[in-house]
Amino acid sequence: MNLAEVKQSFYDALAAVSTMEQLEQVRVEYTGKKGHVTELLKDMKSLSNEEKKTFGQEVNLLKNEVNEKITEKREELHRLEIELENSRMPEFDVSVPANLTRGSYHPITLVQRQCEEIFKSMGFTVEDYSEIVTDYECFESLNIPKSHPARDMQDTYYLENGQLLKSQTSAAQNAIYKKYKDALVNEGKAIKAIFPGRCFRNEATDACHENTFFQMEGIMVDKNISISNLIFFMKTMLSEVFQRDIKVRLRPGFFPFVEPGFELDISCAICGGEGCPSCKHSGWLELCPCGMIHPEVLKAGGIDPEEYTGFAFGLGLTRLVMMKYGIKDIRDLNSGSLKTLSQFTDDK
Amino acid sequence: MFLSMNWISDYVDLSGLDKLQLINKFSLSTAEVENDIFFKGSDISGIVVAEIKSVEEHPESKKLHLLKVDIGESELVDVVCGAPNVRVGMKTAFAKLGATIGDITIAPRKLAGYTSCGMCCSEKEIGISDSNDGIMEITDDVALGTDLKDIYEIEDIIFEVDNKSLTNRPDLWGHYGIAREFAALAGRELKPLDVVDLSKYDGLEKVDLKIEDPLCQRYSCLKFGNIGVHTSPVNMRIRLYYCGMRALNFLADLTNYLMLEMGQPMHAFDSRKVEKIRIKRFDKPFTFKTLDGVDREIDENTLMICNDNTPVAIAGIMGGLDSEIVEDTSTLTLESATFDAASIRKSTVRLAHRTDASMRYEKSLDPEMTVPAIARFVKLLTDIDNGATVVSALTDEYAFRYDDVSLTFDKAFVDKYTGIEIANDTIVNTLTSLGFGVTLSDDTFTVSVPSWRATKDVTIKADIIEEITRIYGYDNFDIHTTALPIYPVRAAQEQTDEERIKDMLVKRYSLHELHSYVWTYYDECKALGIEPEENITLVNAANPNIQTIRKSVVPTQLCQLKYNTAYAPEFGIFEVGRVVEGMKEDGLCDERKKLAITLFSKTSDVETLYFKLRDMLAVLADELKHEALTFEKTEATHSYQHPKNLNAIICAGKVLGEIGIVNSVVSKKIDKKAAIVYAEIDVAEFATIKNASISYREPSKFPEIEIDLSFVSDAFAPIAKAIADTKCELIQDVKVTDIYTDETGKSITTKITFSHAERTLTKEEVMAVVDKIIEVLGAQGINLKNAPAL
Repeated sequence: MNLAEVKQSFYDALAAVSTMEQLEQVRVEYTGKKGHVTELLKDMKSLSNEEKKTFGQEVNLLKNEVNEKITEKREELHRLEIELENSRMPEFDVSVPANLTRGSYHPITLVQRQCEEIFKSMGFTVEDYSEIVTDYECFESLNIPKSHPARDMQDTYYLENGQLLKSQTSAAQNAIYKKYKDALVNEGKAIKAIFPGRCFRNEATDACHENTFFQMEGIMVDKNISISNLIFFMKTMLSEVFQRDIKVRLRPGFFPFVEPGFELDISCAICGGEGCPSCKHSGWLELCPCGMIHPEVLKAGGIDPEEYTGFAFGLGLTRLVMMKYGIKDIRDLNSGSLKTLSQFTDDK
Repeated sequence: MFLSMNWISDYVDLSGLDKLQLINKFSLSTAEVENDIFFKGSDISGIVVAEIKSVEEHPESKKLHLLKVDIGESELVDVVCGAPNVRVGMKTAFAKLGATIGDITIAPRKLAGYTSCGMCCSEKEIGISDSNDGIMEITDDVALGTDLKDIYEIEDIIFEVDNKSLTNRPDLWGHYGIAREFAALAGRELKPLDVVDLSKYDGLEKVDLKIEDPLCQRYSCLKFGNIGVHTSPVNMRIRLYYCGMRALNFLADLTNYLMLEMGQPMHAFDSRKVEKIRIKRFDKPFTFKTLDGVDREIDENTLMICNDNTPVAIAGIMGGLDSEIVEDTSTLTLESATFDAASIRKSTVRLAHRTDASMRYEKSLDPEMTVPAIARFVKLLTDIDNGATVVSALTDEYAFRYDDVSLTFDKAFVDKYTGIEIANDTIVNTLTSLGFGVTLSDDTFTVSVPSWRATKDVTIKADIIEEITRIYGYDNFDIHTTALPIYPVRAAQEQTDEERIKDMLVKRYSLHELHSYVWTYYDECKALGIEPEENITLVNAANPNIQTIRKSVVPTQLCQLKYNTAYAPEFGIFEVGRVVEGMKEDGLCDERKKLAITLFSKTSDVETLYFKLRDMLAVLADELKHEALTFEKTEATHSYQHPKNLNAIICAGKVLGEIGIVNSVVSKKIDKKAAIVYAEIDVAEFATIKNASISYREPSKFPEIEIDLSFVSDAFAPIAKAIADTKCELIQDVKVTDIYTDETGKSITTKITFSHAERTLTKEEVMAVVDKIIEVLGAQGINLKNAPAL
């Protein structure tokens, strides 16, 4: 074949290429050691020097052209291959429900954490306390005399050794006063503490009553803590808890460990105070007992009530949880049922 | 307790004031008022006094009568009436045409062929009693046609106070005490009680009375005779009914009326049965029939009123049937007494019988009230029954007196406690209106507490603060924050740990946090083949199923698994809960806080599940403490533990708890095919481990050398030990990359990574270490599977 024929046959061969393998064959066939283009140079012997030079240049040009075309073809084939691969990718069905397998917190943990955050941000310490306490801790140190109905057997779970399952978080008060009183007196550090905990009452259970439930109590003691401060903190704290501006009102309430003692009502969240079945049409919900710490209670904690005053409040954590999530049966919380409780994945 | 606004108004003039607003104020300042307020009589109009002039039988009905009634108008009215008690000359309540009763407006109506132009009403229809036996009979001398509302207190506002909120206020168990509060709240005068001066009977003989027991504080009594009235006046009956009591007979009604008015329970005995009143307890239990006809077991702690040695009443609770007033009673003895409050309460609980009287006595009634109550009783009795006579002198034994309470404080104390400025005048006026004696000199207050507040209620200065502030009104408080120095607040390690543990288990391992009870579920455990273990018990558990406090959270979790097996093929639960591990030396419970984790799987084999849990714990220790865990085989001692693969979990030299497989007996009962593993660690113990900080190491810039060694060995522990024992600082990392078993046994492939911070390692120095390891292991019979590959 002469040069023109080689060129023509190359283009014909290239046009027929559809795979990388074929392309490689064509490359070897034309530019390999024994390829057609290389062979052309062998025919140069018969030519004059002048002709050799010209012919050589022509062959080189052809060789370059062939290489270029092969590279072009390779890139094209490569592109086609990718396109083919892309086209083979199936369309996924994203309408299939997402796999949401994940863990869950007990709702008490979630609400307790939210409350703790609020108090921590106001400089309160969070105190843990045992569930089994002494009569002194639960009653005696809290100005609850021996004859008080709260100490009746039917209300409190007593143990063989005379200890009891704490019927109120207040059982931690005495120990907390003793823990911090030196810092209060010597360093002027106010006692600001909350103590969430599990409480127990010996009563029959139904949708509204449980023998095991959570409370969260708080105290603040310093030289000039007043009723005015108490109302301020309750309002501020509850507004944070419910994440809206809460109206509060106080009514006298009798609890042996506070004086004066109050029942605190908040404006009903559901009707905004207009009156609805949830608040029994009063516009108010009774939420938490609170009051100025009784002087005898401070005294039992080693704090001089003539010099120091303080307030205490108790929040029903279990009740808050039920209000927050609309849980109707209190027993659901201790049911251990994953159907119910696995819903509380997170709640920031 | 129901309260009548009319009754309160007897003692304080509330005219011109908004009653509902006052009731609301009372609720905010004194005691909780229930939401429902009743406007009695507001739905009734046009009821007049009428007299029945003629009664004819209805020709076709046995029940109906045809009446002509006189309603004070020119013509008689035709009425068809079905009441059985109609008779000529009887005065009754009559709803004339246009009258309204509830939703009904009276109009002419055909009844069995005759037109009735109005309706004779029963007391129930008017809403003033339960009586529906017949139409109301009016015996008072009033003009026909008078509107009933003009002569009787049918209209009233009744509100209910939550008894619980009166627990500490013995003075509020009667209308007079409530009226005192309203007077203080409204800024109006409290009127004195209208009473009879009892000294005029001093000449008469006294009752034979002796208090023989310190539980009786005061006993006052008086004898009456010649009672002619048997039915109480209508207004008295209406008040009793509106306040939730049934009218019985005049004397019973009067004692009840006094109780509702003054809060002082009273009891009337037939004088023939109480000639020698003795108040005492008995050494031996006996049965006593109370006036409701019930036999009650009386024990040696129950205080009794006796006629010499014969019990006639349970003190403060209920009278006896035998000494009750009967038809031929001519003389009666009225008791007005106070008893030890705690004793009454305990007796009430023992007898399981709470009465209106005992409810009041439980609150520590004021002994100063017994005599005024009698004086008031005599006044009411003689006003209503002109013939009644007092036949004894007031007999009064006053065995126990409360101390007078006087408190002194200064203005600065009030300022400090309230945090607001309340004027001296306001303080004095408030306390005075509540019955306190107040003197003020140079900003110092001296307050004497009235007897009705001094039985237990007001004893310290802080109590006076409550009196001042509640009347001042908490809504009127200017509220403000505190000015306190700031300082950092650090969370306890245990709390931080607990929070992070929960986050890790939920977020990273998708476990579910559950709560359970602190006691062992006896029946549930039994059903699962878990032997309930002895531990401290509750002495008053409602049922034996919840009697024993748990030693471990694990059995509780297994019970919870049982009813969650359908939740998912694989899931895990955890709880941070309390247990009691026996008793401490001081006799108190050794309460511990435990983290328990249980994994359940129908898809993984038990080994995979076990290692999942093991790694979870290791990550936990690494993440929270940067410490490694080690495990030590232990013996099973509880029925829920599998005898194999029970390991103690050790961290920083402390035993934290254990990891194990659930015994097949138990796990098969939970689910026939599932694998169940558990771990329990002591959270407080874990918290004592210091959090080692991260030790940063700069990565070497020189190449590492990795050596894979496959040893034929049953366990990794000796290999790990041999590597550690070289104490070679060039070793950066040790990993197990493969474990497999073939004909030569179990092989463990370990990848050891060597490097040096400042130079390239030589083959020789690495191989020297490797050879040492091979040699040490070889001596223990643990040989290489093949030559080390570089």
